[in-house]
Amino acid sequence: MTFFTKFGEYLLMLKGMFTRPENARMYWKEFMHQCVEIGIGSLPIVIIISLFLGAVTTVQTAYQLVSPLVPQATIAQIVRDSVILELSPTVLSIVLAGVVGSKIASELGNMRISEQIDALEIMGINTKAYLVFPKIMAALLMVPCLIVLSAVLAIWGGRMAGAFSGILATDIYDVGLRQNFSPYNVFFALTKGYTFAFIISSVPAYYGYNVSGGALEIGRSSTKSVVVSCILILVADYALAAILL
Amino acid sequence: MIEIKNLKKSFGDKTILTDVNLTLGTGKCNLIIGSSGSGKTVLMKCLVGLFEPDSGQVLYDGISLTEISVDERKQLRQKIGMLFQGSALFDSMTVEQNIKFSLDMFTRMRHLEKIKKVNEVLDRVNLKDSNKKFPSEISGGMKKRVGIARAIVLNPQYLFCDEPNSGLDPQTSLVIDKLIQDITLEYKITTVINTHDMNSVMEIGDHIIYMFQGKKQWEGNKEEIIYSKDEKLNQFIFASDFLQDAKNMRMIEDKALEKK
Repeated sequence: MTFFTKFGEYLLMLKGMFTRPENARMYWKEFMHQCVEIGIGSLPIVIIISLFLGAVTTVQTAYQLVSPLVPQATIAQIVRDSVILELSPTVLSIVLAGVVGSKIASELGNMRISEQIDALEIMGINTKAYLVFPKIMAALLMVPCLIVLSAVLAIWGGRMAGAFSGILATDIYDVGLRQNFSPYNVFFALTKGYTFAFIISSVPAYYGYNVSGGALEIGRSSTKSVVVSCILILVADYALAAILL
Repeated sequence: MIEIKNLKKSFGDKTILTDVNLTLGTGKCNLIIGSSGSGKTVLMKCLVGLFEPDSGQVLYDGISLTEISVDERKQLRQKIGMLFQGSALFDSMTVEQNIKFSLDMFTRMRHLEKIKKVNEVLDRVNLKDSNKKFPSEISGGMKKRVGIARAIVLNPQYLFCDEPNSGLDPQTSLVIDKLIQDITLEYKITTVINTHDMNSVMEIGDHIIYMFQGKKQWEGNKEEIIYSKDEKLNQFIFASDFLQDAKNMRMIEDKALEKK
């Protein structure tokens, strides 16, 4: 199947989501369920990764800034901007593509193979709207929140790592954090967050929804969806940086 | 009543259904039989609208499935119940939630009314005390019964069953067949069943359609099928020596009765 055929199918799936819901309350329930699955379900991994991202960035930045002419507070400044501009939005989204994306693809794939999607269709339910739309909306709501949380935790992790290893005192770190802060960086991070959230949810949904075959194909489509999502995240990362910075 | 007119369906170069014409009556168990790859499942999927036919019409009491709008099709589908080969129960939901799902989605009933209705249909399929169990915790036969309960909870006018006896022992198959027959008569619905099981054919086959290489090869009832002269049908139904012997025995008995 050519790239254009697949891309056309993907667009048709997105178009098919926009119909009047059969029962708004059920859709809302499914949306809330997905928010919990994507948001709360990913919290432990987000917390762990973010803390270590910040800690490692602090230690490695301090290792490279050996000149006595560069004030120590600069380390905090570099950590802050690295975390907000790149590490939290991009690295976290790549991790979420694995965690959330594979879950979405395998869940929908399993539903397709076991005819649960057909069962919903027979009932008269628009399965694209009921199964895919709430997942994308939940990702659009939760992923930027997770990115903000990740940035805060990473900066805090860097602060703690600096203090524990004796590289940087917390008061100097706090001074550095406040120096030359540009709120535009947060806007940029959130723009990336929304873009990546859409990729993380819609690409695996497409692969899962259109799977055919058996258990082996579910695994394959899940892996493929993660690989494609990661590549698209990196391409979008570059494109957004080139356009917005 | 469901009418099928000149139905054709192919996938790429491979033609699956060729000019299928059928009338499936109300209050009857219409059985579609045929060997694997004869087009039974594709025919059923065309009937319920999961596959779009290349040409031809499927008429539900005069309303053409292929010519109505998306919203009208949604309305029509709420009158259709379907039992899938693998039951297709929602894994993450309990038996009760599985059956209640369509009530939640399409009715404005109160919670207690829904629970009452769920218990009614579970009672109807002889399944009690399983409300809180998950599909993974119940047997294959029970899953089929939950599937039937889910299919009939909205009082459908049309019931489709894809291989309802696959993976079941003969005794449970008989129970499921009887249940489908009783429900068909009780609710006065049009029931369409895809099956390989000759026991089902002889038990509940009010109207039998034999499919061969994507075409309707033979049509009749369970009395006629035994005496059919159709070679291909006979090859299919008397594939085992046991059934052939049973047929010969029956013919000998019938002749003896005639002489008397």
